[in-house]
Parts: sequence; C-alpha cells; structure tokens
Amino acid sequence: MAKLHVTTTINGDPVEFLCEPHHTMLDVLRGSLGLTGSKEGCGSGDCGACSVTLDGRLVCSCLMLAAEAEGHQIRTIEGMAEGEMLHPLQQKFLEMAALQCGICTPGMLVAAKALLEHNQEPTETEVRYWLAGNLCRCTGYDKIVRAVLETAAEMRGAAR
Amino acid sequence: MTDIRYLAPRTLDEAVGAFAAAAGAARILAGGTDLLVQMKAGTVSPGLIVDIKKIAEMTTIEETADGGFCIGAAVSGAVLGEHPRFGKVWPGVLEAVNLIGSTQVQGRATAGGNLCNGSPAGDSVPAMIAAGAIVTVQGPKGRRQMSVEAVPAGPGRTNFAPGEILVAFTLPPRPKGSGDAYLRMIPRTEMDIAVVGCGVSLTLEKGICTAARVALGAVAPTVLLVEAAAKALVGTKLDAADLDTAAAACSASCRPIDDKRGTIAYRTKVAGVLLKRTAAIAADRAGKV
Amino acid sequence: MNEHSNKWIGQRTIRPDGADKVTGRAAFGADTTMPGMIWGKVLRSPHAHARIRSIDTSKAESLPGVKAVVTARDIVNFTTDKPFILGIQDMRWMCRNVMAREKVLFHGHPVAAVAAATEEIAAEACKMISVEYEVLPWVIEIEDAIKPDAPILHEFNKLDGKPSNITGKLEHKLGDIAAGFAQAEVIVERSFKTRPVHQGYIEPHACLVSVASDDKTTIWSSSQGQFMVRAMTALLTGLTQSDIRAIPAEIGGGFGGKTIVYLEPLATMLSKKSGRPVKMVMSREEVMRASGPTSGSSSTVKIGATKDGRIVAAHGIYYLQAGALPGSPIRGAAGCSFAPYDIPNVLSQGFDVVSNRSKVVAYRAPGAPIGAYAVECVMDELAVALKMDPLELRLKNAAKQGTKAAHGPVYPRIGFVETLEAARAHPHYKAPLGKHHGRGVASGFWFNAGGESSAQVNITEDGNVVVMTGHPDIGGSRAAIANIAAELIGIDYKSVSVLIGDTATIGYSNMTGGSRVLFASAMVVTQSAEKVITILRARAAKIWNIDPDAVTWEDGAARPAGDNAGKFAPLTLAEIAAKATETGGPIGAGVQLNTTGAEGGFATHICDVEVDVDLGIVRVLRYTAFQDVGKAVHPSYVEGQMQGGVAQGIGWALNEEYIYNRNGQVDNAGFLDYRMPVCSDLPMLDAVMIEIPNPKHPQGVRGVGEVPLVPVMAAIANAIHDALGIRFYSLPMSPPKVLEALDLPRAAE
Repeated sequence: MAKLHVTTTINGDPVEFLCEPHHTMLDVLRGSLGLTGSKEGCGSGDCGACSVTLDGRLVCSCLMLAAEAEGHQIRTIEGMAEGEMLHPLQQKFLEMAALQCGICTPGMLVAAKALLEHNQEPTETEVRYWLAGNLCRCTGYDKIVRAVLETAAEMRGAAR
Repeated sequence: MTDIRYLAPRTLDEAVGAFAAAAGAARILAGGTDLLVQMKAGTVSPGLIVDIKKIAEMTTIEETADGGFCIGAAVSGAVLGEHPRFGKVWPGVLEAVNLIGSTQVQGRATAGGNLCNGSPAGDSVPAMIAAGAIVTVQGPKGRRQMSVEAVPAGPGRTNFAPGEILVAFTLPPRPKGSGDAYLRMIPRTEMDIAVVGCGVSLTLEKGICTAARVALGAVAPTVLLVEAAAKALVGTKLDAADLDTAAAACSASCRPIDDKRGTIAYRTKVAGVLLKRTAAIAADRAGKV
Repeated sequence: MNEHSNKWIGQRTIRPDGADKVTGRAAFGADTTMPGMIWGKVLRSPHAHARIRSIDTSKAESLPGVKAVVTARDIVNFTTDKPFILGIQDMRWMCRNVMAREKVLFHGHPVAAVAAATEEIAAEACKMISVEYEVLPWVIEIEDAIKPDAPILHEFNKLDGKPSNITGKLEHKLGDIAAGFAQAEVIVERSFKTRPVHQGYIEPHACLVSVASDDKTTIWSSSQGQFMVRAMTALLTGLTQSDIRAIPAEIGGGFGGKTIVYLEPLATMLSKKSGRPVKMVMSREEVMRASGPTSGSSSTVKIGATKDGRIVAAHGIYYLQAGALPGSPIRGAAGCSFAPYDIPNVLSQGFDVVSNRSKVVAYRAPGAPIGAYAVECVMDELAVALKMDPLELRLKNAAKQGTKAAHGPVYPRIGFVETLEAARAHPHYKAPLGKHHGRGVASGFWFNAGGESSAQVNITEDGNVVVMTGHPDIGGSRAAIANIAAELIGIDYKSVSVLIGDTATIGYSNMTGGSRVLFASAMVVTQSAEKVITILRARAAKIWNIDPDAVTWEDGAARPAGDNAGKFAPLTLAEIAAKATETGGPIGAGVQLNTTGAEGGFATHICDVEVDVDLGIVRVLRYTAFQDVGKAVHPSYVEGQMQGGVAQGIGWALNEEYIYNRNGQVDNAGFLDYRMPVCSDLPMLDAVMIEIPNPKHPQGVRGVGEVPLVPVMAAIANAIHDALGIRFYSLPMSPPKVLEALDLPRAAE
C-alpha cells in the first residue's frame, strides 16, 4: 500500500509527513507527529476532544483525512500559547477552575478560541451552542461557560 | 486491510472519470462527516476516495441573475452561513443546513453530503425539498437535473445512476412575500439526529397563502414531500384551524418506524406539531401580520 | 480541627497540574509510547450468551506482523467455588470479565486478544480467530431474569437450592416495620424503574505495558488506582506485585468506571508473550459495550407517616442489575436511601440480579441515586398527601447528631438540617414560575469513605516542598493538597509541588473513589507535615543549641519560644534546608494509615423545569444544590464536583439509557445516541456549600464527590410533577415517554 506524502503547516511550522489514505488528521497528529494534546474521545465527531482549526475554521480532526491537510494550515492546542505566554483563555480556565480531569480541555480551548475570533461579544447562549460539540462530563459546563464569557469581556477591555 | 486510494482532482471531468471507473468501489469525500464515521465503523470500505473540494464549481456559491442561488455540493455549512445574502433569501434552508452537527461538523459538513448520505433524517433535505431545490448531477453520460425529492431512494440509497456525482443545488428566485423555515425535534438541544424534521416554504399575497411546499424528515424511508399538507395551506390565511388541517395531513402521511430515536406514535404526533410551528415561522418571515 | 490562619485553605489557587492540562502537555492513558511498541486489539463476542466450544488462533498467529495471541488460557483462573475478594471485587468475576472463560456472557465480552505491529494487522488478525460457539438463550431485563424459567447465566449459583440469577441479597433492619405501618395514618407505596447509565468519561480505557524477560513489568494506564491495577494484574497474570510498577497516567474521567481493570492484564500477557511493549486503547464503542455502566433497577418503596408528618415506618426493596457477573451496588441503594431520615422502623432490602449485559461497575455514589430516586419521589407524594411543604416534611424527619441510621451508624455532627434550611431560605425556592414550569426538591446521602493512604513530604535542598500521595487526581485533589501543605508549613502555595506517585515510589494507597481522596490524603499529608515541622524545629534547636521544645514553627520559620523568645533571629525553611546535611541529613517524613472517621455527606437540591407539552421535552431552567461539604479546602473544585454531579444526574433523569436491540446487543453504543448533556442543554448550576466541619478530620473534610448525583433524578421527577401534575415512575423521562403520559386521559390528583 503506497503511503501519501503530505506537505502542510501545523501551528505555523512547515511539516511533512507520510500517511495511509485512510488515516485521519487525528491519527497523524497523535501518531507520527507526537502532538498528543488533541484527544480521541469517540472518533465519530461527537465529543470535540480532537478539535483543531483548518485554515482558521474549527473542525474535528477525527473527521478529516490526513491527506486533506495538503497545502493547508492546521492549528492545535500545542500552538495556542505563545512561548511561555498562555492565551487569555488558557489563563482564565486555570483561574476559574474550568477543568477537572482535563481530557476535554484542549478541544474546549481550541473551540472557545475559534468562537472568540468569530464573535468577540458572545452571549451565554451563543457560547453554549458553539461549544455543544465539546462534551465535558466533569464540570457541568458552568465554569467553562463563565471562563469563556469572562475572557471575552477581558479581551474586549484590553482591546479598547 | 484492503488498499484505499485517495484522489483530489481539480476538475469535475477528472472526478467523474475516476469515480465511474471505480465502479461502485469509490466514495465521494465532501465534508467527510458521514463517510469517515462509516469507514471507522467498518460499514463502508471504499477502494477509492474522491475528494471534490479542490473542484471550483463544487465549492462556490453563486447568486444567479434571476435572483436564485447555485450552491456547490462541497460548500460547508459554515461557508454557506457566512454568505451575505443567502440566509436573507432562504433562512429556512440555511437554518436546516446549519443544524447538521456541531460547530466543528459545520466547518466540514455539506448539504450535498447530507443529501447523498441518503438518511431520511438529514436536516437539510426537508428544507431543500420545501424550497423546491433542483440538483445538477454529472456522470459518464453527461449532466442532468432532478428535483431534490427525487434523489433519495431509501435509507442510504439514492437514485443517481452509476458514476454520477452531485454537483450543485439550484434554488429558485423568491417571489415577494415568501418565507421558509425548518424545525426538527431532537431530545437534546444539539448533537442529535432529527427524530422528526419539518421544512415549510410558502408565499403570501395580501394575507392569503398562494403557494406552499411542506417536507417531513425521519418519518418514512425517505424524506417526504407532503402535498396534502401544502394543499391544506394554499388559499388560506394560515389561521389556527388551517394549520390544524395541514398538521393532520402531515401526521397522516407518516410511515415511521420504532427505533432508538423515537416511536411510531411519537413521530406521527410530532410531525403535526412541527408543521404548525414551522409554518408559523415561515409565514412570519413571509410578512404575515 | 486545626486553628490556622487559613491563608491557603479555602483559597481558589491554581492547580499544580493546570499549565500542563491547558497546553496539551498532560499525558493521559493513550498519550505515551515506548521504543519497539506494538498494538493490542480485543476480539469480542458477537453473542449475548453462548458456550465457547473451541477457539482456534492458529490462522491469526501466522498472519505476518502478529506477535502474540492470548485467550482465557493465559489468564489465571479463579474457580467459581471459592470467593477471592480484592477490595469490593471478587477475582472469580474479574478473571471472567477481562476474558470470557466457559461462556461468553454478553455481546462484546472479550474472547481473545492479539498484539501486532500495527493496529490494522491486530484488527485483521482478530477476524482470523475462529471461535466455535453454542449459542444459548439470553436475558437482559431484571423482570425476565428473575422469572422461574429464565435462562440461567451461572448454573453454580443457587437460591433456595435452585439455580438462579439472583446472586446476592442484603438487608438493613431497624425496629419493626409491621408495627410501624400499623401506626401510620398515611401510607404511600410506589414502584420505580431505572435504566443502566454509563459513567461517560471522555477518555476511553487505555494502557501501555512492557514486560521484560525477567518479568519486570511497567504498566502505564489510566485508572482510579495504580495499586488496584498492580494487584489485579498480578492476580490475573501470575506475576508478583513487586515485579509490577504501575504508573498512573493522568485520568480523563472515571466516576467509578475505572476502578477495575479491563485491558491491563491482556496487554501484560501479550507483552510477556511477544517480548514487546504493548499498547491497547478501547474505541468508544468498546467502552459502551464492554465497560461497566451502573445498574438498571426495579424498586418498590413504601413510607408511612402520622397525620402530623412524622414518618413511622419505611420499607424499600431494590433489585439491581449486576450485569453478566455478580456484584451490583445494592449496599448503596439499600443503605443510603433512607439514611437522611430519622425513622424508627425501617426495612431496606437489596437483590443482586445477573443478566446478559456488560458487568456493572461503580458510578458516583454507586446505588445511592437509584434508592434516592424512589424514596425522594415517594417523599414528594407523601408531602402532597399530608398537605405539607416537601422541605418541611424532610425537616420534620431529618436525621441529625444522635440519629440511629438503619444501615448502622449513630450519626455524629452532620449537616443535613442545614442543607434543608438553606434551601428553604434561598431565593430560588420562592422565585415565581411560568406556564408549564415546575419546581421539585429532593435530598440525598452518601456514606463517604476513608481507607488506606500514604504520603511523603520532602523538603528540597533549596527550601521548597514536594508532597507525594498515591491517589490519581481526578478532579483537582492536587490543588487541595497543595493548599493544606502550604497552610501547615506556613509557606507560599507556589513553593509546594504535589505529585502522584507510582506503585514503586509511594506506599500503598487505596483507589480514588467513594469520595475518599481528600479526606484520606489530607490526613496523611497533615501527619507527614507535622512530622516534618517537628524535624525542622529540632534542626533549628540544634543550630541554636537549645531544647527542641523551646522552638515553635510559625509562618514558615522556626522561632525560639519560652525563655529563649527573641534571643535568636527566626530561621526560615530555606535556611534550615541549607543546613540539613550538617544538622542530621535530608528532611522529610512519610505517613501510611488506614484512615477512619469519614462521616456521611448530605445534600438537598432544588430544580426548576419547563416542559414543552406538545413535544414532551423537559428542560432544566434553574438548579441549586445545597450540600454539607465539611470544609471546602479548594472551593472551586468542591463547586465543580457539585455541578458535575448535577449534570450527570440531569442526563440520567432525562435522556441517558442503554437501548438493547432484539439480538441482545446495545443499539446506542456511542455518544451520538447515548445522549449525555451537552453545553446548550444546561443552565448555570448553582452550588451552595455549607461547611459543617467533620469533627473527625484535621481540616474538617467530608467527601464531596458522590452526594451531588444522589438527589437529582428525584428532584427533576418532582419538578415535572409540579409542572404537569403527572408522576413518572421510570427513567429516563425522555420526550416520547413524557408526551405519551400527557396524551393519556388523567384523573385529577
């Protein structure tokens, strides 16, 4: 079986990899690329733990073939902080205890960041529906939603 | 492990050629949100995957000269939602397309895939049928057009000829005083497959409904165009009693199954409830006072 | 109780493992690799019940890339005639759960496992194993399993001399219920059913095991107890515990579901046979089919009261599904259900019933929510019958200090009354309701637990603190332990590092479960810290050449006291640490204990719902949980436990259930149709912490993790009744069920 050669950009870095045609982006991220921050909770797009962005758009990396990354830009949780500076969402999740076990956290953060890039002033309802594809079984979502709303407010304040 | 090949052609002809040559062993990859799940579950093992997202015609939204729209089969829900005009003209179709899956799924999933997947519960299909949308398909014998309601043949099956690929949806121009809407019943607020879906498109003139189309999802082996319900609406002022008649027609048209998502009795009753709610929204959008 | 400044205890500090968890660095069960690693896959039963006639693995073994195949022959057999108890499990059932032996007992039951160079080859090889089955009649539901002619799962299990699917009984008795009901002026008796529900952790089971040629074994896995993993794997593989080093990965949720092993013994035998490290990861479908949910149940509860609202007798009968092998949480159902109340005459009975489903395993307050659902719904009906406010009825009968509970204890100081009073006084209880809205209340109890814990507190050479304990941190326990250590030693929280040891680096510690972790680990960390302070005082005394008793420890420094007060400048932790070598060597202390004194936890919940009466959809509009939390060492994570438990309860009440098809197979083995609450389903969940310190704990800690799930289903059922005037006696209260009830002609209540 011939492997495919894929040239892509991950978290701003040029990356090349070989993959089988049926491999998902998540398989390659977690496997040969060693980027295990994206998690596989279901493999069917129902939990959002594998969330990444593809050319800035939020997607489940388990529902994308690795071959489709050719020529595109992927961002994962590993690319969210800038050096040692956490993204404001990461910092707020820590301050407000918006995680318990932490398995959904990478996907939740990637999804929340995509929301704030798309909508700087989301309502509680907008946050809840945007994040409906990210399952969390520990928190009841309360502290997650509050952390996203508070981060959005702070980022708006800082931008002023 | 059987060999799988991946192909991302730049032209439709190339795609059709490869797809037809694989003689049934190929699958089209648009958003992949059904295909990859089916491959993972082992219910589908394609020998060839044809990714159509590099074909320009498949990924564009075009507003036609007469005021209609042509939507490429590989346009994702998120891209459709960002179109400046489409949601204003066809809010019901857009809300149906945007109800498919999560934000993540919206980044990938397409109305084309939703239709070709052949599920009677696909959210966009009743709205497209209610809208009177036409699809363009291309195969080894050339192009043809068919109505959306003519596409599904049964759960997981379509009426496409061997080698045919869905290219685009065409939505007609809207007469003044028109509105459409789509509602579905799911147990949660998100992330479920429709237990019942209902699409309504109608036109009002001076408070009277002059044209209507009604479609129901998940109540039969294929999405149903419910002409009796449309008839019950046309010529009326869409008052409560008129909606009751149309609702009864919807319930009467149902041929659902009992499954993990709902019962026959439940689906039958809910089809009527949704008709009333959906028609009211469509009428409101059409300018009902 | 320690009287401290509470500079750190009660603070919302940032968790020690936080930065790793928000950046994707934290390594969970499936996140590691080893050089030479290969992949293991499990072949599972296609039948719900069948005798295994033969297994032929030769074809699979000859497939290129296959390195090892294991079957039940490779797993130690614990014969069915001799119980072998490990914790709350019996190894007779564990060995048959990890790998089917005489029979396959449920669809998805492991039959063999393969290790191969790639996942694909391992999966392909599984298909090449040929198993000859004698298919047997099967049974799924309790009512069917206890019929006289039911298919029998375990012929050796006898009840009244005859083979039976009833595999266990338990009874709690207080007073005389016949006499009690004779005094009653109002009696309500109702029957209830609940469906099995899964813990729903987002991280599937995963492990990586390496067995060297000398049997030295490393297990990296996600579990609620590395010592449980070590003990069970040793017993099931024949390895000695000292040869196994079980390393706790970060755990992506457990809720009780990771208190037994599934993959570790299989991966161990595959690694032993192949000589290669073996990684195994369950798919979500495997998690749903073959790991344990909690029991479905069938219960009858009868409560009698006098007209003034005094409960005089209560009788509960709880049949719980065990799954394919014995061991359902009947103790939780029978023991916890009447525990909030002071009732003179109680009979509470539990029955364990096997059927052809995956074996149940603990789920948050195992059994207690099932019992509370029945009892708290009957309490609501009793309040209506007595024309009493439901909180007043509970207050009138609330257990308090000195109450004798039917499950055994006489309560010390407990905070149940305070939860009821707080609920009654809360604005939520009086807030106006709209059309088709309803409000319900319910209470709940969980035993809580102590047990074995070990801790080591070391002072680094530069004067900082490293604390190690032995319990996987599932929801922020490291943050709470850091607060306690900082408080006791009197240093900045950031100077404390808290780690979870593996089985080779920390002493035996029982599992993370039963709401025991902070209770128990705070005790051993406190005693370790006290020992360290004693050492630090002695070192200072040595430097000053005075008596150690003349040295006090305050604010992170040794200070001369008594006659010597003020004679020497205080010595900080860093200054003493710098002189450790010359004053006696490294500074540190460890404590290992079987902790006792975990007292019960109580909660009262208020829930508002809205019902879409045309579609039968119930939405929770507002939810407030009131709980006696003892002492909230880290309030954010206490609130988090309360909110998370409530969310799970909302799922259990409204939509979650295992759906079986006609072939005895789970029909909704995935997150699409096993409908756990998503973010848009829920409102904010208000957590009101009431701190009635546990008098038997140094910081006053009570377990907080389990109680929040206990009252939820009843609170929602009672709220739906308030909205519609309709009682639901089975879960889930899903839209088809609600709409069907709405369509039935109703007599006025």
